[in-house]
Amino acid sequence: MAIEILMPALSPTMEEGTLAKWLVKVGDEVKSGDVLAEIETDKATMEVETIDEGTIEALLFDAGTAGIKVNTPIALISGEGSVSAPPPKVEAASVAIANISTPVSVVSNLVEPDWDANTPTIKITVRDALRDAMAEELRRDEKVFLMGEEVAQYQGAYKVSRGLLDEFGPKRVIDTPITEHGFAGLATGAAMAGLKPIVEFMTFNFAMQAIDHIINSAAKALYMSGGQISTSIVFRGPNGAASRVGAQHSHDYSSWYSNVPGLKVIAPYDAADAKGLLKAAIRDPNPIVFLEHEMLYGIEFDIPDVEDYVLPIGKAKIRREGTDVTITAHSRMVGHALKAAEELEGLGISAEVIDLRTLRPLDTETIINSVKKTNRLVAAEEGWGPMGVGAEVIAVVVDQAFDWLDAQPVRVHQKDCPLPYAANLEALSLPQPSDIVAAVRKICNK
Amino acid sequence: MAAKKGASGKDAKIIDNSLSNIASREELLEYYRQMLLIRRFEEKAGQLYGMGLIAGFCHLYIGQEAVVVGVTAAQNETDSIITGYRDHGHMLVAGISAREIMAELTGRATGCSRGKGGSMHMFSQEKKFYGGHGIVGAQVALGTGLAFAHQYNNDNGVSLAYFGDGAANQGQVYESFNMASLWKLPVVYIIENNQYAMGTAIDRHSSEVELFKRGISFEIIGEAVDGMDVVAVKEAASRAIDHARSGKGPYLLEMKTYRYRGHSMSDPAKYRPKDEPKHMRETRDPIDHIRNIGLEKGIFTEDDLKIIDKEVKEIVADAAEFAQTSPEPDASQLMTDIYL
Ligand SMILES: Cc1ncc(C[n+]2csc(CCOP(=O)(O)OP(=O)(O)O)c2C)c(N)n1
Ligand SMILES: [Mg+2]
Repeated sequence: MAIEILMPALSPTMEEGTLAKWLVKVGDEVKSGDVLAEIETDKATMEVETIDEGTIEALLFDAGTAGIKVNTPIALISGEGSVSAPPPKVEAASVAIANISTPVSVVSNLVEPDWDANTPTIKITVRDALRDAMAEELRRDEKVFLMGEEVAQYQGAYKVSRGLLDEFGPKRVIDTPITEHGFAGLATGAAMAGLKPIVEFMTFNFAMQAIDHIINSAAKALYMSGGQISTSIVFRGPNGAASRVGAQHSHDYSSWYSNVPGLKVIAPYDAADAKGLLKAAIRDPNPIVFLEHEMLYGIEFDIPDVEDYVLPIGKAKIRREGTDVTITAHSRMVGHALKAAEELEGLGISAEVIDLRTLRPLDTETIINSVKKTNRLVAAEEGWGPMGVGAEVIAVVVDQAFDWLDAQPVRVHQKDCPLPYAANLEALSLPQPSDIVAAVRKICNK
Repeated sequence: MAAKKGASGKDAKIIDNSLSNIASREELLEYYRQMLLIRRFEEKAGQLYGMGLIAGFCHLYIGQEAVVVGVTAAQNETDSIITGYRDHGHMLVAGISAREIMAELTGRATGCSRGKGGSMHMFSQEKKFYGGHGIVGAQVALGTGLAFAHQYNNDNGVSLAYFGDGAANQGQVYESFNMASLWKLPVVYIIENNQYAMGTAIDRHSSEVELFKRGISFEIIGEAVDGMDVVAVKEAASRAIDHARSGKGPYLLEMKTYRYRGHSMSDPAKYRPKDEPKHMRETRDPIDHIRNIGLEKGIFTEDDLKIIDKEVKEIVADAAEFAQTSPEPDASQLMTDIYL
């Protein structure tokens, strides 16, 4: 009986791939471990190994075929069979990746655009926007360098630093050992001496090894030295929940760093903000924590095609105008908030969506002005609620716009438990657009 | 003091005894069975990952089987085990059922962490298997703590703490070494040196690539071992465990090994020479090694191995079936196990 070889998923986010090359032909004998083909995704090229033994009976796609969906049969092997005969059916519903939002296209009715209507734009992924920001600043200032695990030869664990080693060489794009506490401290020391390090954490989960230097060394140096020692340094990397990577790899640190005076904390949503704010962060004379999101890296957005696109730190952005309720969000939750706003529109509720962009300093003015107009507030974040970003936003609003509120402000956030691995529990745990819709409806009585 | 053995680098050469006469037929067949079980289990896990049934990060142990099988053969039930995220093999030989492990990988209620942990976070209190840790290096300090408890409770147990060549650069490793040696804690540190930390080859991440020397300034004996030879591993582990159990303090084993696949399922492993994994598979495979020598020397026959092959196939097929048909955790499980 022939065994079907299926198009494999190489990562939880992969839906289809290109069959780049066959390494076997019909009639070849293969055994467990032999490489059958190379397949490509937007991120990488991978080899497909067989775990079955037998003879290649048919190759079902020509080399070069693009867009082959995961789990489609790509070859047939005849033979004794493997550990188990034809792969059992996938229970599609339960294994669907729960947390990948379909790419949100950029909202066209941008209010207060950061660039004027005549500026030409290009489409670019958040990943490449971040890379371009670093490349431009590396070109601009000799003192800037990038350091972190797998940033140079491997081009970044998530390919954010692609091409930088080639252009800037190993003096300025540096692979480190797995030594977060050590290299964060080293970079902070170098910053004290006047260099401008960009420290990439493979993810912010691993910055917990280094948080002592971020807070005790970088954030406090200026104050403790009576203004003598400053550290112009950027700590950046993906933050928050990716997809199915479990409790130790899914932590949202937004509120942790935002609690600390001496740090600035930036958490952009789209490509233009990623670029404009990262460039600003690198130039800023203060220590900056720059929180990215893995689930946004591959999403394309419009970005102004201009020479030197730098945005001010500390300015929120109204992403959608509305009159009935204000929704605040940052990073990936902005996409969820925009989706929720669309749905709310269908229910006759006009929601204003504020992308906080910078968490510290927080743009309280934009938030307050919005609430004075809408009289209602939902504060959304991906991380846990207690002592969180939403708690802070609400405290500010209650303090400065109490008389304008027509209903109690509400928070939307992750459930108060470590992130579970199981697909169904993960989906229940993370805040979804529907949670934002429900929160809004609760205070709008609709 | 004989306890300096290896630390100077003098006696610490790779031992290649090529299955000397130390292991009995039964022992050899058991090593073969355990290594094959890991190999087939991991291949299946890779396949289920490709089908979208396993998600997130999934790190396979293929190629490194002799390390955990050899060490486990030298330990006893009083001993504790801890490792990183490349943990499926360690769990299998610790005696946790293939069903429970595979079901954890698919995130089902029947998994050993009830679907809440996933590939990188698996535990078994019963088997003294303390994880399964996703943070590189964490298991070294934790494993030292397990040894502290063995000493404190005076239960004669030893802690076996496994970590990678890349993890060997974390600061907490050396903080742990110092305390373990200072307090003579019964811990065996096992560095699984598979030559790469993700995409970084050892000579690009370590100033001293002979990792068994990393304990020298802490007065910890170190030994380099051919980690592709299960019998050599067993012998070295016996020396190390005896040392730790007898109250002499920690011991460091550097297992020279190799992973065949990428770092995790989503790593194309383009950073190593294309024929390097192929060469290792063909010339150093730990399973082939035992098979060839056993057959050559007439210790066992093809038929003996066929019986095992079949048995292993069945265990893995059954585990895969179980892992796909088990239910997902009940929604009510979301908010349990946060506090006692
Ligand atoms: C503190 C921390 N930093 C980074 C990572 C990401 N990471 C996971 S595994 C790994 C490489 C580890 O290599 P090694 O210790 O040699 O073990 P191997 O994977 O080869 O078994 C890295 C960098 C992590 N999980 N934890
Ligand atoms: Mg390694």
